[in-house]
Amino acid sequence: MLDQTKVGYKFPAFNIDVEKGRLKMFAKAIGETNPIYTDEQAAIAAGFKTIPAPPTFPFTIELEGPELLPVLNMLNMDIAKLLHGSQEFEYFDSIYAGDSIEVSSSIVNMFAKKGGALEFVELESSYSNQDAKLVAKATCTLVYRNA
Amino acid sequence: MTNINVGDKLPTLTLPAIKRSTLALFAGASGDHNPIHIDSDFAKAAGMDDVFAHGMLSMAYLGRMLTNWQPQSKLRKFSNRFLAITQLHDVITCTGEVVDIVNENGELRARIEIFATKAEGTHTLAGVAEVAI
Repeated sequence: MLDQTKVGYKFPAFNIDVEKGRLKMFAKAIGETNPIYTDEQAAIAAGFKTIPAPPTFPFTIELEGPELLPVLNMLNMDIAKLLHGSQEFEYFDSIYAGDSIEVSSSIVNMFAKKGGALEFVELESSYSNQDAKLVAKATCTLVYRNA
Repeated sequence: MTNINVGDKLPTLTLPAIKRSTLALFAGASGDHNPIHIDSDFAKAAGMDDVFAHGMLSMAYLGRMLTNWQPQSKLRKFSNRFLAITQLHDVITCTGEVVDIVNENGELRARIEIFATKAEGTHTLAGVAEVAI
């Protein structure tokens, strides 16, 4: 069983710079063809401040932290047994190329199913920009196969 | 106000078949370096048939469908469950349908049911999004 006493644990917050080149590479990797995601002038013409980060990019910002998924070490999980169960985003403003985003995450829930064969870990994250404006929140449910 | 109604279907997005290079590129670009998506030896040792696609790759495809339809600045919520693994060579199609118009603190939003689906019909992702109208 994973250590249920870690529910409520807050991971140390960290800051990530959103780089234009990285956004272009991300757009290419997902096959995005809308020029607002790669071309600053097209983004501005469409009413954005500059190139916006696509909707799922906060998850990538989170993975850029000091450690890939720090919850793995915290709960002694083997990455080979990990699945992504669900992912939610809520948006309050755009994330742009050039932003510095502070990520704060915590373990908000843990539970087991199938007699403990599957364990679930729910993480909540908040993303704030350099103006201390909350731009997005996310909830990620990880599934651990205890087989 | 945009003319959006319950029953409206979003323009469908069908992706090219998933290749190993698709996964390698996404691993690098997304920062998800879990070897289960890019290293066949590791995936087989973990009991899988082969490497398989990142769930977040398909979620990004759903995001493309949503922002193709309405500007991203109108997207308020976006969530999905990951129901089935997307294997190499799968062809994923993203679909969405407006199922409700809701009023959230005075803002009208279209509530959209979204799916990513394999060619043989298995849903790999199912979720909902809310877009301001």
